[in-house]
Amino acid sequence: MQNSWLYIGLFLLVGIIFPVIPLVLSALVAPKKPNPIKQSTYECGMETVGESLVQFKAQYYIFALIFLVFDVETVFLFPWAVSLNVQPYFVVVEGIFFIMILIAGLSYTWRKGMLEWV
Amino acid sequence: MDSTQLLFLFSSFLIVSSAVNVVSSKNLIHAALWLISTLFGVAILFAILEAGFLAVVQVVVYIGAIAIMFIFAVMLTRRENLESGSQVNKSWPFALLLVVVIAAAIGSLMLKWDGMNTLPVQIAEGYDSVASLGAALISPDAFVLPFEVASVLLLAALLGSVYVAMNKK
Amino acid sequence: MNFWSDPINTIYESLMLTFTGWGLDGALAQIIIYVLGILILITFAMIIDILLVWVERKVVARFQGRLGPNRIGPFGLFQPIPDVIKLIIKEDTTPANADKLVYNLAPVLSLGSVLFLWAIVPLAINIYGVDLNVALLYMVATGAFGTLSIIMAGWSSNNKYALLGAFRQVAAMISFEIPMVVVLLIPAIITGSLSMQTITNFQTENFWFFLVSPLGALLFLISAIAELGRSPFDLNEGESEIVSGYHIEYSGMKFGLFYAGEMLHAFTFGGLLSVLFFGGWHGPWSSEIPFLGVVYFCAKALFGYWLIMWVKYTVPRIRIDHMLMFNWKFLTPVSFALLIVTALVHPLLRDAGNWIYVPGMFLSNVLVVWVTVEVLRSRSKKDRTVAETVQAVAHH
Repeated sequence: MQNSWLYIGLFLLVGIIFPVIPLVLSALVAPKKPNPIKQSTYECGMETVGESLVQFKAQYYIFALIFLVFDVETVFLFPWAVSLNVQPYFVVVEGIFFIMILIAGLSYTWRKGMLEWV
Repeated sequence: MDSTQLLFLFSSFLIVSSAVNVVSSKNLIHAALWLISTLFGVAILFAILEAGFLAVVQVVVYIGAIAIMFIFAVMLTRRENLESGSQVNKSWPFALLLVVVIAAAIGSLMLKWDGMNTLPVQIAEGYDSVASLGAALISPDAFVLPFEVASVLLLAALLGSVYVAMNKK
Repeated sequence: MNFWSDPINTIYESLMLTFTGWGLDGALAQIIIYVLGILILITFAMIIDILLVWVERKVVARFQGRLGPNRIGPFGLFQPIPDVIKLIIKEDTTPANADKLVYNLAPVLSLGSVLFLWAIVPLAINIYGVDLNVALLYMVATGAFGTLSIIMAGWSSNNKYALLGAFRQVAAMISFEIPMVVVLLIPAIITGSLSMQTITNFQTENFWFFLVSPLGALLFLISAIAELGRSPFDLNEGESEIVSGYHIEYSGMKFGLFYAGEMLHAFTFGGLLSVLFFGGWHGPWSSEIPFLGVVYFCAKALFGYWLIMWVKYTVPRIRIDHMLMFNWKFLTPVSFALLIVTALVHPLLRDAGNWIYVPGMFLSNVLVVWVTVEVLRSRSKKDRTVAETVQAVAHH
């Protein structure tokens, strides 16, 4: 295994353990006197009405879908972009063709009004 | 046993145990979070295989986009459907049978495969997998057609989802 | 090998000799040295983070015509220390219906996702965590954990405001990730590499990328501000409606972790802006004396951080529909247009020499800006005429 990925693995491990230290310190030092009022949900002094896990607008989901499509697209574009310096010019056109197809998708969603926040 | 094998065992344990939790937890958000842990385990496997690009893409696409979309989808459903009801329906014995058969089939195939006993090929120092991948993706002799078709596939996914969402309105 | 010209490798070699001298296995010694190095790097980041608390408080005070912290130490410089002590000894309340495990994991992941970035940030010519060949994508991947931590915090708090804030913030983060990733492709096209170190080295040898892609730098800054959830895109906070968004229920050190993560995130993005477009650690004598490079890097990162603060304390918050429209109908098309133009022009001018290449690329950026402005002008003119006719009809 390459050393760079070993380093990344160790970094992720230390990076996730490091923030726990102040939490542990705080748990040792800070007072703990919970009571029902303290632990109630904070809504600017009002009692919570109904479920706190409210349903959400479908619009959030639509944006997540569009994002997903474009995210996968950009991932495909990274190897393309890296190889531009060593490849002939028509390669650029291939990539632009790839982008244009998805831009067409974006303009379709735009025209159909799916990008509006209704 | 060397360190690579240890890492492999650790990440496979992470993948399998989180996958079991995905199907067994009653809370859908917990299931989604366990799914993220499964996907992260797969990213570790890619990193062990020195497929750095795939490891990072696994995190970017699966954890950064698909898992987030799952959570959004769960939030759209009503709370009553989330934590009530049984985890299985009445056809579970058939499903179990099917799982056993498929597992046996895959297992027997795996036993015949000699890839189990071969060690991973040592990749040369300074080999740039991203550049090679890029060259393969855009070369007319290799994968340029799948590359363009992938974009059409993505377009189809976008149009399909927009169409379905439009009809709901 | 000289300590002043290559400090990290010198220390690495001598530690390696010491550890193997003690009879340790080479691989184990390497892991121990790596962990020590990581601890030093993270401690360095956290010390900067603590100083940033002072910088942020002082700068916002000056923007608002106040004095800011001025009691403890010169210019109130030691103010962050009592701040931290106060956060540690403060009681930490957890809402009764919260999902305890997810609730406690979220702040850790929030700060962790920012710290992960420091593994790839090049601080100087030979002072960096690791020179990853997919560093740009790694940077996007750490952002995925940041998004995750926000949604975890918002959901597990069992609070409507927290959930609303989390949803808004996540919608903004995933939307603005598209232009950001597209802009990341521009340094990748020019250098033909995704490694931060290669990108910086290319800039030290040739030109800073903001000269060839000023629009790219601007788009990166805008989407970075949205990724950070700072004003004008700080809908997750919206004090007048949802109080403080996804971390509304957090108190004590758990809130402190979110706060520290936010500060360090902004600083790190300032640093990344400098790495991608302003030459990173490049400056006079930075190649000979690496420690000077660290100073330049921090100065440039602070400048980027200051730009983000300047925007934050000047511009009012915008509405969520406006924010998402701004991204999908403006930033995303413009960034794709810039990418296409860069991909078309770069291979043509690449061999022409820097004196033609840099002005050519600059002009191509100007062209994109000009076309965008013209399109916007004609659109707004059309909208205005429509509005005026509606008004005229209403008057009759």
